[in-house]
Amino acid sequence: MAAADAESQTVQEYIVHHLSYLTFGRHPDGHWGFAHSPEEASEMGFMAIHVDTMGWSIALGAAFLLWFRRVGLRASASNPGAIQNFVESIFEFVDARVSEGFTHKNSLIGPLALTVFVWILLMNTMDLVPVDWITGIAAWVGEHIFGFDHMPFKIVPTTDPNITMGMSLSVFLLIIWYSIQHKGIGGFFGELAFHPFGKWMVPFNLMIEIPTLLAKPISLGLRLFGNLYAGELLFLLIAGLLGLWQLPAHFAWAVFHLLVVPLQAFVFMMLTIVYLNAAHEPAH
Amino acid sequence: MDINLTIIGQSIAFAVFCWFCHRYVWPLFANVLEERKRTIAEGLEAAAQAEQKLESAARQTAEQLDEAKASAAGIIEQANRRSAQIIDEARQQAQMEAERIMQAAQAEIEQEANRAKEELRAQVSLIAVAGAEKILGRTVDQAANEDMLRQLAAEL
Repeated sequence: MAAADAESQTVQEYIVHHLSYLTFGRHPDGHWGFAHSPEEASEMGFMAIHVDTMGWSIALGAAFLLWFRRVGLRASASNPGAIQNFVESIFEFVDARVSEGFTHKNSLIGPLALTVFVWILLMNTMDLVPVDWITGIAAWVGEHIFGFDHMPFKIVPTTDPNITMGMSLSVFLLIIWYSIQHKGIGGFFGELAFHPFGKWMVPFNLMIEIPTLLAKPISLGLRLFGNLYAGELLFLLIAGLLGLWQLPAHFAWAVFHLLVVPLQAFVFMMLTIVYLNAAHEPAH
Repeated sequence: MDINLTIIGQSIAFAVFCWFCHRYVWPLFANVLEERKRTIAEGLEAAAQAEQKLESAARQTAEQLDEAKASAAGIIEQANRRSAQIIDEARQQAQMEAERIMQAAQAEIEQEANRAKEELRAQVSLIAVAGAEKILGRTVDQAANEDMLRQLAAEL
């Protein structure tokens, strides 16, 4: 559809369309429904949900877990097949990172790290699907079947800050939960208040430590979002501006992006492990 | 950046997925790897045990071989001794037999000589009478010279 509409659509419209979400939410007049333009979507405020990124996120996560479960149920210790070997190598990779980075006892950390790594990897990988394929099909279906002109349909969940911040804030809640569990409430707040400079500098300590604490989830979520959003935006600029020359440019950027996709998943997982490990350290 | 309900939806999805992974996915692979680790460890241990067994069997074999050699050497020595003994005995017996045969032969010779002497003795009077008759040219009365003839025979 992008090619067919290219004449009637400016590059700006093209990019805005690709960066919009298929939003379902409460309109200002109180009734619930889809937003038919970016303006309508922003009028909905907080009471809205991105059906596209949320849907892809859940679909990819569910696909990953059900597939791993299927492979796991058929796994044999003595005679592993190719698929089992593949899944096991991912499992062992994550397990090795967890045993290196996490020195305490907590059976949740392994599954958490595995979920984070594979899920984010899959969500990031959606960035390598050419930008108009699924979005174009969805827009065509929206226009011709539901009468929804210029229906947006984002397929890379990690270019949605809601998705990345949703995960990083969950990790943040776990950090606070385990900190209080292992250091006690006093220990946890003590680390914030008395840490770098002792008890005579409490306000100054808090000024340093509270932003440090808050920076963890924010940087965790925004790093992932920023990398993927920038990557996606560059794909869109190449698609929108370069005409026929976009093919080699897409290829070059995709090759570079092939590094970013697993790297960002890995970074998110490693930082999650490290933060949670620090949360398990007893207060000092 | 429009933050909305999606962030809560993603948090819930994250929690559910982590729970599912913790409950239904992670243990499957952890168990498989654990089982494989155990199998390998058992295999290595069995190999070590087998090696030990082999070593002890080899040692036992060597011991038995030594024992067998020693006992064979003993048997050979005994046999040698026995054969020497048998040869000795046989030699002694043969010597004894030879002596016995020699003695018997000597006895027989003596007996034969005695018998010849007796015969000679029995005939000596006749020969003496015949000789004397020849010398004297007349018959000699044997009965009259009986004493002298008996004395002559006894001197033989």
